[in-house]
Amino acid sequence: MTDTQHITVATAWLDGCSGCHMSFLDIDERLFTLAQKVDIIYSPLVDAKELPESVDVGILEGSVSSEEDLKKAQEFRRHCKFLISLGDCAVCGNIPGMRNLFPLDAVLHRAYHENVQKNPQIPNVGVPRLLPTVQPVHGVVEVDLFVQGCPPPADVIWHVLSELIQGRTPDPMTLTRFGK
Amino acid sequence: MMKPATPSQVRVVTFKINDRDVSARSDETILQVARENGIRIPSLCYVEGLSVWGACRLCLIELNGDSRLLAACSTRVEEGMEVLTDTDRLRRYRRMIVELLFAERNHVCAVCVSNGRCELQNLAQECGVDHVRVPYRTAVYHVDASHDWFRLDHNRCVLCTRCVRACDEIEGAHTWDTMGRGINCQVITDLAKPWGESKSCTGCGKCVQMCPTGALVRHGTSVGEMEKDRGFLPYLSRMREAEWE
Repeated sequence: MTDTQHITVATAWLDGCSGCHMSFLDIDERLFTLAQKVDIIYSPLVDAKELPESVDVGILEGSVSSEEDLKKAQEFRRHCKFLISLGDCAVCGNIPGMRNLFPLDAVLHRAYHENVQKNPQIPNVGVPRLLPTVQPVHGVVEVDLFVQGCPPPADVIWHVLSELIQGRTPDPMTLTRFGK
Repeated sequence: MMKPATPSQVRVVTFKINDRDVSARSDETILQVARENGIRIPSLCYVEGLSVWGACRLCLIELNGDSRLLAACSTRVEEGMEVLTDTDRLRRYRRMIVELLFAERNHVCAVCVSNGRCELQNLAQECGVDHVRVPYRTAVYHVDASHDWFRLDHNRCVLCTRCVRACDEIEGAHTWDTMGRGINCQVITDLAKPWGESKSCTGCGKCVQMCPTGALVRHGTSVGEMEKDRGFLPYLSRMREAEWE
């Protein structure tokens, strides 16, 4: 980290439910402490539209399910010095990954033909193309830290961020596990 | 089951576990002695009161001066042996074993009835599995919900065969067995008939209580609700042994 007192953080959600970001907000009043030490420079929670050139810590929620997820994961890896997989979808595919048991065509057909009453059609305008297989983030880029949980409890997210602020590498395995 | 030695053959042996002096009866296994002495060795397929299977390989240990790894559950103690239970090499193998179990079938903890009460989940945490480094197989497995009270989900089975042994050795029904080899191995009821059609199943539920994961569960349980009680098994086993004597 360039400055252990003030680190820059970028977050994004790929194929997830946003629950990990909600759990992050659940650190409650500790957000004030965090705001004094951390700049969130890119996130669904702030306005920035472009990922800055260099970011200290990148946090990805959700699995890699579409071409846009893949692009974003690769972009985060390029721009972030330290990349965190946050939550079970990012770490192991979790619920989005359950579609891997079926061919993509069958999944789309089930959702957009079998279960609609009017104008069955597979959306292809303005939405990213789905990848044939859902992958965890570490399936497409290198990841520096894995934080399990569905979602990871707020205390675990706080532990991870506060350790990073103090220049230490956190060990979330003592506090969380798959499915927690 | 490892046959108990006749009393005249039993001796007291002394040896070391992790540089600590311990003594035991010569007919005990390394895992039993470690447990008696409060030394933790991770295990999955071993259950006190059932025969030794030695399939999961999580209880592997090292012997000083021997390059082979041995399963602590199926290795008898010997005078002077120096057992190591927690070396870098063992930690590396144990982590890999748990990762392969997760990759082999579809263990999605977040939507499992055994979430939070699962031995596989706990082992993953204990062995430091923060992610699975091999690709998931994502093979299709079926769920057998034909039984009136219980459900079998092959997606979450680790083939420890604790259900098979409990049913055969404690209940005496032998409803459960395994079929197929290697990656195609699965647990079956009767001759691979739906569980609900089984004529041999007594519905006692010992298999469900024995199952370390969410593979065998009670109907009507939701995420995280399937609590299991394993305490009765060593008791039943002891009672049966007493009967045989």
